[in-house]
Amino acid sequence: MNHIDYYLVLSGLLFTIGGTGFLVRRNVIFTLISIEVMLNAVNVALVAFNRARPENHSGQVFAFFMIAAAAAEAAIGLAIVLSLYRLKRTVRSDEADLLKN
Amino acid sequence: MNLAQVFFFLCAAGTLVGAIAAVASKNPIRGALGLMVMIMGIAALYLGLGAQFLAAIQLIVYAGAVVVLFLFVIMLLGPDATSATDMRGLAPRVLAGVLFAVTGGAAISLTIAVSKHHMIPRVGPDFGGVDAFGRELFSTGIVPFELSSALLMVSVIGAIAIARGKHGGLPGELKSADEIRASLAAQATSSEEHG
Repeated sequence: MNHIDYYLVLSGLLFTIGGTGFLVRRNVIFTLISIEVMLNAVNVALVAFNRARPENHSGQVFAFFMIAAAAAEAAIGLAIVLSLYRLKRTVRSDEADLLKN
Repeated sequence: MNLAQVFFFLCAAGTLVGAIAAVASKNPIRGALGLMVMIMGIAALYLGLGAQFLAAIQLIVYAGAVVVLFLFVIMLLGPDATSATDMRGLAPRVLAGVLFAVTGGAAISLTIAVSKHHMIPRVGPDFGGVDAFGRELFSTGIVPFELSSALLMVSVIGAIAIARGKHGGLPGELKSADEIRASLAAQATSSEEHG
């Protein structure tokens, strides 16, 4: 097991923590935080792969764009949380049932 | 165990503790602060991987903007941001979480099992710096870079449009069109009475 594999194992652990939290938690704020944890896990793997093949910076550029996409996602997600709170007075995802029936 | 490995294990431990705190806390403020700890640990890990510019970007964008945005929303919601413990429908969620954790554990074991010893190439001091990274970003990545600026613009406008609401009212005011008309008519009659 070499240096890069430690980073990949850490990335897998982070992704597992984030995904489990995403599935188990019902508070929408924690759901969004879990998504951020998963995106960061993928970024760690990308930068580690780039370190293993350093001919160019493709992995780092990809991680850069993922950071931009994550920022956009956080802005939209938190706006939806505020909108849900205004409609339903709750931040629980299982009470967002406007499309039910 | 050399110094680089000690650095890695310290940062990895901080990152994992932060991630668990971010996902498993009861209080959303603690969750956001756990996310902050995780982000700072990952920024330190980027330094160990020769990605200095990305480490700076990670701190500026995540710790400086995204976590602060989370904290703004949590404080705007106040005590309602903490949802009460409710055991309804707990079993399927926990089952889904356990299944995901088992799958992730299998993937991690596979990573350990198939890992081979090959040399990590040495890199120059400019690898991952602003100069080399910027040259690549503005040559091969120029089109997605411009598109990402459009993405951020659209998402900010969309966030304002979604969070502001249809009538620009205060949070918590859910009114149908009839209710608004009735309240406007009531205001008109009361002003006529006083005037």
